[in-house]
Amino acid sequence: MSEARQTTIDTREIEHFSALAAEWWNPAGKMGVLHKFNPVRLAYIRDHVAAHFGREPHEAKPFAGLRMLDIGCGGGLLCEPMSRLGAQVVGADASETNIEVAKIHAAQGKLDIDYRATTAEALADAGETFDIILNMEVIEHVADVDLFLSKCGAMLKPGGLMFVATINRTLKAWGLAIIGAEYVLGWLPRGTHQYEKLVRPSELEEGLASAGIRIIDRSGVVYNPLGDRWQRSRDMDVNYMVAATKPAA
Amino acid sequence: MAKSTKQTSTRELDILIAGAGYVGLATAVSICRAQPNLKVALVDAAPEGVWQRDGRASAIAAAACRMLKRLDCWDEIEPEAQPITEMEITDSRTADPVRPVLLTFGGEAEAGEPFAHMVMNRHTNGALRARAAECGIEIIEGVAVEGFTDMGGHVEASLADGSTCRARLLIAADGVRSRLRDMAGIKTVHWGYGQSGIVCVVAHERPHHGRAEEHFLPAGPFATLPLKGNRSCIVWTERTEDAERLVNEDDLVFEQELELRFGLKLGEIRVEGPRRAWPLGLTLARDFVKPRFALAGDAAHGIHPIAGQGLNLGFKDAAALAEVIVEAERLGEDIGALDVLQRYERWRRFDTVQMGVTTDVLNRLFSNDIAPVRALRDFGLGLVERMPSMKRYFIQQASGIAPGTPRLLRGEAI
Repeated sequence: MSEARQTTIDTREIEHFSALAAEWWNPAGKMGVLHKFNPVRLAYIRDHVAAHFGREPHEAKPFAGLRMLDIGCGGGLLCEPMSRLGAQVVGADASETNIEVAKIHAAQGKLDIDYRATTAEALADAGETFDIILNMEVIEHVADVDLFLSKCGAMLKPGGLMFVATINRTLKAWGLAIIGAEYVLGWLPRGTHQYEKLVRPSELEEGLASAGIRIIDRSGVVYNPLGDRWQRSRDMDVNYMVAATKPAA
Repeated sequence: MAKSTKQTSTRELDILIAGAGYVGLATAVSICRAQPNLKVALVDAAPEGVWQRDGRASAIAAAACRMLKRLDCWDEIEPEAQPITEMEITDSRTADPVRPVLLTFGGEAEAGEPFAHMVMNRHTNGALRARAAECGIEIIEGVAVEGFTDMGGHVEASLADGSTCRARLLIAADGVRSRLRDMAGIKTVHWGYGQSGIVCVVAHERPHHGRAEEHFLPAGPFATLPLKGNRSCIVWTERTEDAERLVNEDDLVFEQELELRFGLKLGEIRVEGPRRAWPLGLTLARDFVKPRFALAGDAAHGIHPIAGQGLNLGFKDAAALAEVIVEAERLGEDIGALDVLQRYERWRRFDTVQMGVTTDVLNRLFSNDIAPVRALRDFGLGLVERMPSMKRYFIQQASGIAPGTPRLLRGEAI
């Protein structure tokens, strides 16, 4: 009897995570804004990786042989495309739930992704290294930005590439990304972002520099309501992305 | 117990396309030439070789022609293609001895590029099939899709021969009465016109000089479209009961009725091959996509043939769907995900509805003999005749070259 009960509990757990996975991956669901945001950041990553590592972006699996870390991977919205492009992906998230969700979804798509419920610090301390590190929509949530960036710097191989996407600390960002997206449009749960934790590009640049990483490209990201899509822009007042490299030796 | 003829094999694919007509073939070839790593197969319920006996012809607009050139099909088709060098539109009663010409179009989309060609469907399909074979695209013939299920990471389709196909995306290009659309639970909006289009090929004594004619007769439009040699394709609209009666008459009566409308300026006429009547209507699918499922061509929209745009809308679907899929694949996205497929839907739906409504309004406007309506439409056509910019707009629309056009239709690679 106790065995049967044990089995039931496992099934329920899986059902619970499967339901969450369906929610994470529903483009019309709670994570809808991330799905809408995905194409613009995927194109940014693909184009810079291809240029930096000399890959042909239109060929099958252009990222083959590159080891990549996605920090704060959530349900795997970035890990899966990166894996399809051929990268050997490690997805890290502090939330055990997110990692379970991501594992279930990757299995459905038969993708081989190394998901770990861990932190950037733990990975760095274990001596892991990567060709590419993705910090997408993460640094505005970490407690100590400079410490976090120095840990990332330690994990980035010389000649490697790091991407950071975040929100600027401006009045406009407060109005659009916090009041607009959280309170008016309801795109994100209230309290997702705290104004004082947002990071200015100059602060990011300093933090990266002290970790031995140099910014090679900056781009704003703006929402185009007519096409209902996000696109690159010179306007970095609200959402922005940077590509940065650690000089080889 | 499985019957001995049943297969139990499973094909692992990226994309399965139901329907190996020109829409399905053009979609498959466009995708595989841009992204050869994607494994695509077509499945069609029609027995092997039936396509070679297709006696229908289609107008291929300049944009579709650019796409066929880009897909390396045009060199094979061109010897069989009759350019339409001139288009003449009249508004008349059947018995009018002389039909005043209201509108003429010189037929070039751009210098040296006819806005359309008339081609037998089998030549278009033949060229596309040859390219499909070169790309390693399998065509499973004489086998229907019996059902399919979205399994989350892939769709599983069961075929009538007992085999199974697993794919990341299933495309239904299986025509206006799409079975897969019904299986997917996608509803349609349908307007019947109570009209049928009689389609046949006639041989005539004298050359047509590449001129297409469209006569707006009270029962509906009567179009003659030039084919290779001294032959023309007739698209003849009548009330459905009249059309049914006409196609079942003996040759003599049918040819007499035809002559009344076709006139004698090309000399004696003789009907070649079968004549058939197709009920006309406007059918629009409420959704073009679902997770891991997309409709293309007539399965998404069957329109009135008045403007000759059915094939060209199908090519636009193929070009847009291929472009969306290839771009998603190059970003590492899941090509069957709903948000990816919705890009195709948003792109095509506006154009489709616009074209559907335009042809619907044109048909209602011209298929009657009410004096004030005639006066008004003749006044309108007369105005268009005198305004070169309006004509250019219509020619552009008829060629399918307009802003927002998918890359393949502009003659560019994906």
